[in-house]
Amino acid sequence: MTPPTDQPRAAADTLRGGPRRRRVRTGVPLPLLIPALTGLAFLIVPLIALLLRTPWHSLPAQLTSADVWEALRLSLVSATAATAVCLVLGVPLAWLLARVDFPGRGLVRALVTLPLVLPPVVGGVALLMALGRNGIVGQWLDAWFGITLPFTTAGVVIAEAFVAMPFLVISVEGTLRAADPRYEEAAATLGASRFTAFRRVTLPLIAPGIAAGAVLAWARALGEFGATITFAGNFPGRTQTMPLAVYLALQSDPEAAIALSLVLLAVSIAVLAGLRDRWMRAG
Amino acid sequence: MTRTVRRIRRPLQGAAVGAAALLALSACSSSGSDSSAKPDSSGPGKLSGEVTVFAAASLKESFTTLGERFEKEHPGTKVTFSFGGSDSLAASITGGAPADVFASASPKTMKIVTDAGDASGTPATFVRNELEIATLPGNPGKISSLKDLTEAGLKVVLCDKEVPCGAAAQKALDASGLKLTPVSYEQDVKAALTKVELKEADAAVVYKTDVRAAGDKVRGVRFPESADAVNDYPIALLKDAPNTEAAEAFIALVRSAEGQKVLSGAGFLKP
Repeated sequence: MTPPTDQPRAAADTLRGGPRRRRVRTGVPLPLLIPALTGLAFLIVPLIALLLRTPWHSLPAQLTSADVWEALRLSLVSATAATAVCLVLGVPLAWLLARVDFPGRGLVRALVTLPLVLPPVVGGVALLMALGRNGIVGQWLDAWFGITLPFTTAGVVIAEAFVAMPFLVISVEGTLRAADPRYEEAAATLGASRFTAFRRVTLPLIAPGIAAGAVLAWARALGEFGATITFAGNFPGRTQTMPLAVYLALQSDPEAAIALSLVLLAVSIAVLAGLRDRWMRAG
Repeated sequence: MTRTVRRIRRPLQGAAVGAAALLALSACSSSGSDSSAKPDSSGPGKLSGEVTVFAAASLKESFTTLGERFEKEHPGTKVTFSFGGSDSLAASITGGAPADVFASASPKTMKIVTDAGDASGTPATFVRNELEIATLPGNPGKISSLKDLTEAGLKVVLCDKEVPCGAAAQKALDASGLKLTPVSYEQDVKAALTKVELKEADAAVVYKTDVRAAGDKVRGVRFPESADAVNDYPIALLKDAPNTEAAEAFIALVRSAEGQKVLSGAGFLKP
């Protein structure tokens, strides 16, 4: 290591507007503070605008309509079911990615995270091509079992699970990588099978990570729009979740759309705030 | 040394990222305002600049043809389209989207724009559109009437009642006293048609023009009740049009005999 010379120090003084600024070095530098606060405002102002424009006088009427409750119930049920699917399939997948060294693991990991960056509508189209009535898998489901997934609540769950799964897998895989594999190895030396070690040692160890991933996946599933409307369509009570109801209400009744948005916002904040402190920190 | 350098760089990087973000944001908010016409000095009556046309999704094919024709007739002009659900387009216009012309698929959506005082003059009906049943090629379900769509086991999609094609379909169903439970209410006419093109649904009630635009991928079935649910398409010049002259010329082309020929070729009815 070369010791610090005067030259960069002088450059720093120039850049910061002279050496007198050195005494406030412990504070937050202005070039950081301004964009940080702008960023915060950028994220929060739209939500405040939603609150300010909420038609409070007609809100009770809007929220007591049967359609709203049907959409909200369907949203909650389908997001929860999608999270269950993510847990059952995603935790083993995360374990595979974190603990087993196999050729092409990097590629598999990239593919797993793809739905994160894919436009949801593209995800919906891809699901139609795979699981639609005429899809490469779907046509056999239809021919052999008479199962067609589009336009069903199961289709909503699949669309939501598709976009939410990466959140769970990434979260659980990260926790697994941080967890010390020696505990599992110790269990193995004591005679436990690899699955027993996973079930009795690993799983309790990474529980906070799983919970954090599940909350993220649930929140993502709750807000899912593009893949759902593309793959599962829109029918009240069966496939019309809250985001779809908001979008279609906006076409003719902006006040109703704002009221519905508010409900979705409240539910999302309640869940994230309620669970974040408890699980995220541990994760 | 590395430490010191890093300490300097970080705030700078932060500032750079912040500045970039601010630039991006301000670019978003000001986009479109400089796309207005720059009057050409080469002579009076010569059109130039960009014409922005917001048009119902069902007008996509015919308006694209008309736009190309307009550009050819008036060199130096550029017609830019935004096709979508009429209601979403109306919402963007009342929200301040910079557009010159609005062509809507129903008087109801046009009224949103005129009520907000965003139209210049009275909108004119330039075409009408009729509904048709779109079904799979070869019509395997042997659908020959609106009533056939109510058969159990048939997957039918309709447009949502909030959008013009859905409102028209509901009107036709009401007029014939039929009750139809679709598998989905799609967000616009193209989405409904796509479900049939992909063979996910057996039939959809869409515009005749969309059936024609889809070619061999669907089969159109006419039904008499559609006469009760013909949609008028109004077109209007917008009040804050950045390029009024060219916009008026485009509307004139749409309403001219030449324009009507293109539109009726696409399956639209004369007003």
